[in-house]
Amino acid sequence: MTDTPLVEARGLTKVYPARGSSAEFRAVDGIDFALRRGEAFGFLGPNGAGKSTTMRMISATSPITGGTLRVLGFDPVAQGPQVRARLGVVPQDDCLDRELTVRENLYIYGRYFGLRRAVIRERAESLLDFAQLRDKADEQVEVLSGGMRRRLTIARSLINEPEILLLDEPTTGLDPQARHVLWDRLFRLKQDGVTLILTTHYMDEAEQLCDRLVVMDGGRIVAQGTPRELIAAHTTREVLELRFTDQDTAAEKLRASALCGDGGRLEVLPDRVMVYADDGEAALAAVHALRLSPLTALVRRASLEDVFLTLTGRSLID
Amino acid sequence: MWRGFSFWLLQYRRVWRGTIVISVANPLLFLLGVGVGIGHLVDRQASSPIAGVSYLAFFAPGMLAAASMQTAYLESTNRVAWAAAPDGAYRAATPTPLSPAQILGGHLLFIAFRIATSSAAFTLVMVLFGATHGWSALATLGGAVLTGFAFAAPSAAWAVGLRQTRRINSVFRFVIMPMYLFSGTFFAIAQLPHWLRPVAYLLPLYHGAQLCRTLSLGTATAAATALHAGILLALALAGIAAARVAYRRRLHP
Repeated sequence: MTDTPLVEARGLTKVYPARGSSAEFRAVDGIDFALRRGEAFGFLGPNGAGKSTTMRMISATSPITGGTLRVLGFDPVAQGPQVRARLGVVPQDDCLDRELTVRENLYIYGRYFGLRRAVIRERAESLLDFAQLRDKADEQVEVLSGGMRRRLTIARSLINEPEILLLDEPTTGLDPQARHVLWDRLFRLKQDGVTLILTTHYMDEAEQLCDRLVVMDGGRIVAQGTPRELIAAHTTREVLELRFTDQDTAAEKLRASALCGDGGRLEVLPDRVMVYADDGEAALAAVHALRLSPLTALVRRASLEDVFLTLTGRSLID
Repeated sequence: MWRGFSFWLLQYRRVWRGTIVISVANPLLFLLGVGVGIGHLVDRQASSPIAGVSYLAFFAPGMLAAASMQTAYLESTNRVAWAAAPDGAYRAATPTPLSPAQILGGHLLFIAFRIATSSAAFTLVMVLFGATHGWSALATLGGAVLTGFAFAAPSAAWAVGLRQTRRINSVFRFVIMPMYLFSGTFFAIAQLPHWLRPVAYLLPLYHGAQLCRTLSLGTATAAATALHAGILLALALAGIAAARVAYRRRLHP
């Protein structure tokens, strides 16, 4: 095993040319990153940040338009089929065939990789267990719940025993329980040594699953590091969330106060005010000392959501 | 290409019985209703421009070519647009080693299979009605498959880039149906006014209908057959070339 990165991008760029009424669009604008074997690497950012486009370039289904990209030592533009043969991809939409059974979906996907029937049959059995879909193996996909379909899509992507698994928004649209089941499955894959790349706009997902993250906005990388590093570097230890009846007046008073100096910071959102402070309780006491009486006050640990807010001045989920 | 084909075949296994019924019932009803029914009126006219041939024998191969076009159009528009949509079958195949050209090839192979089976059912019904026979029937079948395929590849090239499937119905209504009616399917082109005839010659289905009719009636000449088949083949090849580009653009943006 070597230390060469599994995926390495330098100045990676994707520009969609102008077509018809739509102008030229720079979806990814010169990004650098390197992915090591066995790690879980996340792209965090709002919709339209360029995450999915980056994933498509890595998975050799969208040619790059600038910079360099190596995936498993291959050039994904010139050697697309070789790259795709060794990756697993879980797209944003499941694109399962609903009229076919669970087993048939696995079978047909294995055939796309040119695997022999016997090999597919053997792998399908263990994947059915992995995805906890043994009872449903001969049911049509139509009858499965959203969470089950997602697990089937992940099982399907493992049929070629990929070296890297790419997941685009793996838990978007799932209920909390289904999300936890899915995280558990992904965590097991990670334990088994599968390298994961995922995109998400959920900070809890990124914190749960990712060893390392890049935060993207407008096609660029605005920060990178471990979740802990990002929080330490870009925000305070704690956050005080306040709601007021008259938010404008309150925010004005807070801005003029000592809370906004000395490392403290204020972020005004449409429905609440966030005070960044290393000691949230002390900040709350200071708020009361200003004779402000918030409707609600909550002290919590800073999260990646705050990192994003600090870096871009915008919330991750609009 | 075979890998892509096997998906469509596996999916087709669920519905093939229904399509076989349609493939047989459709020509049966048309040949009975139009061929025999209207034929009864037409064949009594002494000055018929199709003299010497029963209307049934004249009409059936034209209808076969038109039906082949219709099957090809429907198979290669709605299903292609569905498969190319974000949740469609092509999207499942795109991250695998298959290239967009192979995904196209697999689907065209399946469409050719559907055209061939439904045209074979039609031809069989024609033989049962005595509208054609023997080697002529087999040659006619070949002409019908070529006619269908000439429409399939260009339709797929167009449909793969569609975001709104409503257009598929509009094109069916305003392009396919008029072609169905004015390509010498139900009548001889010689019956059209002089100024309208050149328009008919430009319609691809005219060449398909003529090809099938002359092969079926045994009146085909080498030169005319080569011309008709050549035009259809050119259309098919141009369609494949365009589809390869369109598939790559849509699946590997």
